[in-house]
Amino acid sequence: MKDPVVLITGALTGIGRATAFAFANEGVRVVASGRHDAEGHALVAELRKLGGEAEFLRADVRHEDDVRSLVDETVARFGRLDVAVNTAGTEGKPGPVTAQSAESYAATFDTNVLGTLLSMKHELRVMLAQGSGSIVNVSSTYGQTGGAGASVYAASKHAVEGLTKSAALEAAGSGVRVNVVAPGPIETGMLNRFTGTDERKAGLITTVPLKRVGAPEEIAQTIVFLSSDKASFITGASFAVDGGKTAQ
Amino acid sequence: MFKQLEGKVALITGGSRGIGAAIAKRLASDGANVAITYAKGADAAASVLKEIEGAGGMAIAIQADAADADASNAAVEKTVAAFGRLDVLVNNVGTAIPKSFAETTLEELDRLIDVNVRGTLVATQAALKHMKNGGRIIMIGSSVGERVMVPGLVPYAATKGAVKMFTQGLSREVGSRGITVNNVQPGPIDTDLNPAAGDWAVPQKAATALDRYGHVEEVAALVAFVAGPEASYITGANLTVDGGTNA
Repeated sequence: MKDPVVLITGALTGIGRATAFAFANEGVRVVASGRHDAEGHALVAELRKLGGEAEFLRADVRHEDDVRSLVDETVARFGRLDVAVNTAGTEGKPGPVTAQSAESYAATFDTNVLGTLLSMKHELRVMLAQGSGSIVNVSSTYGQTGGAGASVYAASKHAVEGLTKSAALEAAGSGVRVNVVAPGPIETGMLNRFTGTDERKAGLITTVPLKRVGAPEEIAQTIVFLSSDKASFITGASFAVDGGKTAQ
Repeated sequence: MFKQLEGKVALITGGSRGIGAAIAKRLASDGANVAITYAKGADAAASVLKEIEGAGGMAIAIQADAADADASNAAVEKTVAAFGRLDVLVNNVGTAIPKSFAETTLEELDRLIDVNVRGTLVATQAALKHMKNGGRIIMIGSSVGERVMVPGLVPYAATKGAVKMFTQGLSREVGSRGITVNNVQPGPIDTDLNPAAGDWAVPQKAATALDRYGHVEEVAALVAFVAGPEASYITGANLTVDGGTNA
């Protein structure tokens, strides 16, 4: 593919940000999306220093109007959409099931599940019409297992796995692949908010066979691989990148 | 140009043809010195070596039937003797005997278990004696190790399920040594053993979402990624390259 175009949601921090840099390093044209203008413009300034084209488009994946115009503006700017990486996500409000509410459920599911659904809906609208494309979603170790204190987040990431596989089956006949990467504990703001204290973070690391947290770049490299033509026979797959956490 | 496996040594069992030959060529083109084993295909193995050497790579071929533990151990030792180290083991060798389970003989069951399971365990044990931080153990399992979508592969699926759990268990034991253990699970791939044309291919092709057989290079590309530095946080993972068969 000559001069591919990638759209990344949740690109301002963590895994999304590392993914934006990984694609920019490959010379891919990047549309970075998020909810904060100042951070977005600062990010694309850094991406452009790598020599390629990059744009920031503000969007909140919980709102379909935002997602629709995000995809439409991407196509208006670059003429196509080859790769979409849906990393926008939230840890919600961790805590026991007995402390959850309709509000805490919605706060998690609106971003992680509805956001992924709406993103794929509009990305596929373009990709199915052009007869090519690759989508990579981001779930979690908790897309495979449960976690005490992580019920709603785990439920939302199980949902992302199901959305991914179903979309893959629907899109396979049209030259579009859809896969999901399932990160384990990765050095991000989300992990630090989720674990809360250094002691709890250290305790989590003891459960990882490689005995360390991963770097956001280690997720980004798998995303780049899955989105590329090297992965041409891979669709509907979930790739764990978790230091062995779910190998049990 | 930087090659991601420059200075590394890889042993690919069953590397004379099919998926294994493609993996050997791919890892060699990524800069690794490569050893392959073969059971009977000396001519095929020689042609793989010729191709790798013609492209400027280094490779050796070792005769070893995976059902023979002494031969498997010797293959690892010969690899280390030839190249001085071992960084990547690809347990690719495998066999399938497609037929109904009721009609499968005891000899056929033994052959499947000895090659697909025992051979993989023995070669891995031998390789771990030499592997250091950064080592990579890569199984070639199968999409039928997780879901069986086609008939005729009952004991084969059982052996590949065993490979999957071997992967997961071993990843926990060697993780603190900085060695990763992963299971690449192909779906139907066009090879001499499982050609994309013919009656046997019809249900397999239909079970894929992409409605086609995969190419050996598409499996080799995933193995190369898992063998390389970018996959440093992936371990204990079952990674399908199956055209959506198991989606």
